[in-house]
Amino acid sequence: MLRMLLRRMALGAITVAIVSIIIFSGVELLPGDACTAFLEREAKGKLLENCREAQGLNRGPFERYFDWAASAIRGDFGVSANGQKSIAELVGNRLKNSLLLASSSLALGVPLAILLGVITGLWRDRPIDLTLSTIAIFAMTIPEFVSATVLILLFSVWLGWLPGIVLTPAHAPAVEFFPEIILPVIVLTMVMTAHILRMVRSSVIEVMAGDYVQMATLKGVPYWRIVFRHALPNALLPAINVVALTVAWLLGGVVVIEVVFNYPGLGRMIIDSISDRDLPVVQAIALIVATVYVGVNLSADLLTMFANPRLRTLYMRQK
Amino acid sequence: MTLTTADRKYTMFSPVLTVLRDVLARPSGAIGLTLVTAHLVLALISPLIVPYDFKATNSSMMLTGPDMAHWLGTDHMGRDVFTRVLLGGREALLVTGIATPIAVTWGGFMGIFFGLAGGRIDEVMMRIVDAFLSLPWILKMLVLIVTFGTGVEVLIPTLAFFYGIPVIRIARAATHDVIARDFVSAARARGHGRMTIIWRELLPNVLDTLMVEGAMRWSWMLLAFSSLSFLGFGVSPPTPDWGLMIADARGFMSFAPWGVLGPVVALSSLIIGINLTADALAKALGIDRAQKAPV
Amino acid sequence: MTQPVIDIKDVSIGFDGKSGETLHVLRNVDMSVSEGESLGIVGESGSGKSTLALAAMGYLKRGLRLLDGSVSFRGEDMFSRSGPELEKIRGGELALIPQNSGQSLTPTLRIGAQIIEALRLHSSVPPAEYSTKAIELLSQVRLPEPEAILSRFPHELSGGQQQRVAIAMALAGEPHTLLLDEPTTGLDVTTQAHILELLRDIARERSMAMVYVSHDLGAIARVCDRVMVMYAGEVVLDGTTRQVLKAPVHPYARGLLASIPRLADRQLPVALDGRPPAPGGVGVGCSFADRCALSEDRCRAERPELTTLPTGEQVRCYFADRALELSLRGSGVEPAVVRADGEAALSLNTLSISYQQPGLLDRVFGRDAAIVATVDDIQISVARGETLGLVGESGSGKSTILKSVAGLLPPVGGTITVAGGTPLAPMVERRSADHLRRVQLIFQNPDDSLNPRHTVAEILSQPLKLYFGLSGEALERRSAEILDRVRLGAHYLDRLPSQLSGGEKQRVAIARAFAADPDLVLCDEVTSALDVSVQAAVLDLLNELKETQGTTYVFVSHDLAVVKALSDRVAVLYQGRLCEIGPSEQVYSAPSHPYSEVLLGAVLEPDPDVAPVLAADDVVESSPPAAGCPFQRRCPRKIGAICDTDMPPWQETNNGHAIRCHHTIATLTQLQEEDARA
Repeated sequence: MLRMLLRRMALGAITVAIVSIIIFSGVELLPGDACTAFLEREAKGKLLENCREAQGLNRGPFERYFDWAASAIRGDFGVSANGQKSIAELVGNRLKNSLLLASSSLALGVPLAILLGVITGLWRDRPIDLTLSTIAIFAMTIPEFVSATVLILLFSVWLGWLPGIVLTPAHAPAVEFFPEIILPVIVLTMVMTAHILRMVRSSVIEVMAGDYVQMATLKGVPYWRIVFRHALPNALLPAINVVALTVAWLLGGVVVIEVVFNYPGLGRMIIDSISDRDLPVVQAIALIVATVYVGVNLSADLLTMFANPRLRTLYMRQK
Repeated sequence: MTLTTADRKYTMFSPVLTVLRDVLARPSGAIGLTLVTAHLVLALISPLIVPYDFKATNSSMMLTGPDMAHWLGTDHMGRDVFTRVLLGGREALLVTGIATPIAVTWGGFMGIFFGLAGGRIDEVMMRIVDAFLSLPWILKMLVLIVTFGTGVEVLIPTLAFFYGIPVIRIARAATHDVIARDFVSAARARGHGRMTIIWRELLPNVLDTLMVEGAMRWSWMLLAFSSLSFLGFGVSPPTPDWGLMIADARGFMSFAPWGVLGPVVALSSLIIGINLTADALAKALGIDRAQKAPV
Repeated sequence: MTQPVIDIKDVSIGFDGKSGETLHVLRNVDMSVSEGESLGIVGESGSGKSTLALAAMGYLKRGLRLLDGSVSFRGEDMFSRSGPELEKIRGGELALIPQNSGQSLTPTLRIGAQIIEALRLHSSVPPAEYSTKAIELLSQVRLPEPEAILSRFPHELSGGQQQRVAIAMALAGEPHTLLLDEPTTGLDVTTQAHILELLRDIARERSMAMVYVSHDLGAIARVCDRVMVMYAGEVVLDGTTRQVLKAPVHPYARGLLASIPRLADRQLPVALDGRPPAPGGVGVGCSFADRCALSEDRCRAERPELTTLPTGEQVRCYFADRALELSLRGSGVEPAVVRADGEAALSLNTLSISYQQPGLLDRVFGRDAAIVATVDDIQISVARGETLGLVGESGSGKSTILKSVAGLLPPVGGTITVAGGTPLAPMVERRSADHLRRVQLIFQNPDDSLNPRHTVAEILSQPLKLYFGLSGEALERRSAEILDRVRLGAHYLDRLPSQLSGGEKQRVAIARAFAADPDLVLCDEVTSALDVSVQAAVLDLLNELKETQGTTYVFVSHDLAVVKALSDRVAVLYQGRLCEIGPSEQVYSAPSHPYSEVLLGAVLEPDPDVAPVLAADDVVESSPPAAGCPFQRRCPRKIGAICDTDMPPWQETNNGHAIRCHHTIATLTQLQEEDARA
């Protein structure tokens, strides 16, 4: 059991290590380095030399990789190329904001998605299912910037109920993002609810058609008791992994929404730092997001394993 | 014992025809396929039928509302929106239309290869795939685009590369499912070579999964492509592109919403069409698409 | 005459076809069960027997509709009852024991919780005593350590244990009537016999009414008083067990009985030609007319009614009197016996196979020795043209041996030699083209062994191209010839496997093997996925091919009667070790290895006068013991410590019949004769 746990964690660590190599070599292969980028390419001679000296860019790639990786493990990502500010601090603020956005959307979206997924699954092919499933397809497929644009038009421009753009600075405490955060949360919730809903629906349908649900019915178990006690614990197991993927997406992949709403999260920082060629910041964000992704997926796997007695025995046997 | 060549041909293609008929028999498939076909046809013939020059600006006709001359009004530079909407999907369809098959093919082959190889190489490869998947998509794409530019020659390989990586996983899982079946053991026991087994036994069965996967990749790629345009990292002006048009028109949408409406409907209908088709295709092939998460 | 407990009158059930027409699954079925009676419903797959049983509970699977008729339980209509009323009856007065309990128990709930749920819903037991009662129920179904089982999850139990839990759960509601839907299908013979004895005892003790649905006439013969035979959604015969099994008056029932291989004599069963009509495919006449030897014009023009004969049975046939002339016994075709003295077509020499490959850590620390081989010390030689049967329960390693011979699973020790004395390379990839061609394997399930994307023509062309380099006209001609040899027409060439019936698919698989013109054909449970009447046809085909081609077979099956019908010699395996080998008539009679004795005793014959002998517990062992006799833990004739420590010696009787036991042949003969007399 413990061995299995350690094994999974080791695999996760290996993945993160590979990510760090990919990031480092990716940035390394790009033409120019942090200094040429920052100094707008035409920098030559002394200025460039000084900058390289300061950033330690004159050393060999292996030395720099290990130096970078070792500091990263300690939470030290160095200083940004342009502002000379601590990257840990810069990224920390953005990470906090991204977490705020992600957790608000999750808190709203996951229960909603499960509820609607169960409803559509149980009332499969009835009007309520057809309506919700159709809405889900739209919510899932319409590009986020489209739905965001439409919502801003509706609630901000025409109705004037909600602010359509975030003006709060990145380092402000979480409470100050209210009510500006409402519209972005609604857009994110729409997209992720649709994905989770569809998955839950198909899982509920599969389980409800299964032998053990038929057996419970023929054992005289009341319908709602079958649903809650026999069907849902099995039907919702696969939802854990989908939710995990959503978390990862919310943290690094919602650039478009952050741009539309001017929300100071990690996504926008990615764009800004890439546009500015601030490579140390890009590396730091990439590594942090990847680590969160690996960590969340690992937790989801472990959670599924503990919630599913069959998997649990399987892995116990494997030691 | 009188089987003509024509009969044989019919049976060779009949699986494809059966699947197509099955897709069209479902409402989602019929609507989806109609939308997709309409978009493809329009993309091909639109340069011949557009009423105006897409880059002809007119300072006296800025942001005018829809009328008989300009069905969808004009934009902030006085260009005809209808013309630009008709043309605005061409670049996206060209790039994703080429990148999708490449992504599915290379990802599919890698997946099948590692699924068959197993062992150490497979373990290592899956860690690398995981590592790539763990990076935010925009970061991977932008680093390349910012460095090498936003031309078609950069976008196609970039999209094809990154969108092929999740296909590796899916093809690998499908391969594992197929090689566990007895007909593969039967082919091995008969003494067929490895390549024959892959080509004849494995591929036709993994292909089902890859087809559905391809449709899904296509829709996500379109989403990514238009998002990039929207952010200003995609198609460069004045080439008309829906994502770019929405970004441009957004600033005026409080008083000139037609500028947004046209491209929004065009882009959404294409992506919805692809998704409906993918849904129907998955059902016709007996694959549950909803169980898969968009990675 | 008491009122029937379950009374089904004129019930028709159907579903909507693709073009909106109604397709019947059941047509005008009457069924009644009286207090304390046990009724068997028998039929092949698609006959509607399970639909009927579930309809008795007022339950229809999704998509099915009650078209006509009424179902009443204890005088009240089941389909007009409200939800709560049904919930009270189901699992209470009327309980179901399902097929495949492994999938019918909720995987996320512990056994205890599931039994207690039944108690809470349906019994008068006070909540404080739920656990005690649950333990009591589990011991009533003869489960060892019932306390421990309460806290287990379903997947932690063996198939037999799961089935017992399902029985305990059904008993928890103190039912008045039990419905059993194929409750022993898929279980090993000994487990099946034990479960059936348990059900018999329970029904007797509690004088419950039972409806027992099964395709297995042997099980029905053991448990039921009365039997209903179903065909294509209709009742075709209804009578006492003795009437139906000893002298059935319906041609289908006679055909069905004749298609079952028997332990008592070595002859091929008779196949029923054709296949049952699909739902909606029955014309205006008798549903069996197309396959019936007695049918006349009238049978096709007008559907016969269910009529009661003077002897009491009800039959749906115009010619019930003439039906008695149809043979009930096997074909009379006794496969020619081939003696084992010719040249060996296959020799397995101290073969040992292991599924477990030593792990990295074990290799580092040199712990290979800890692994007990899955199959060990197999020494068998099969003569040219001979058929060797390999029998044993699941986990006995019989299929593993076939895989090894086919080169799919390399042995860890020993050699495999084919005719000509050349050893086969362990891995198929290393074998010569000639060796590959000469050894062919046929799998259990044609759904899995035929590529669903290939037409029959493509399937057959693979060996023909590979081994003979045929192409074009020649390839097509040869394919048609081979299809003809397995009694399928050339028009099958363009079909996909999904367009074939189960029996046809298996014929294609057989055709593919014979296309290689092989010396040795390995048959892995080739008839297990088929209905009995289809099985008979496949056995007949295999025998014909063997006689015309002189092929050598290694025939693996868990069904001892099937093995007997076809084999010249039989080898009995337990836990991957050989127990007994010899000419089949000698293996099937005393003296036997104690394990063979247990297996033979547990076989159920479709004859109410033959009772099984339950000599050993139906424990499922997961791995063989490290030392001594492999059967030591279950052996009813265990001597003592010697069985635990020493591998027993081979003891020969005559004709190459050998038993591996610490008892002497004389002792075994004496013990078994004594028991037979008692």
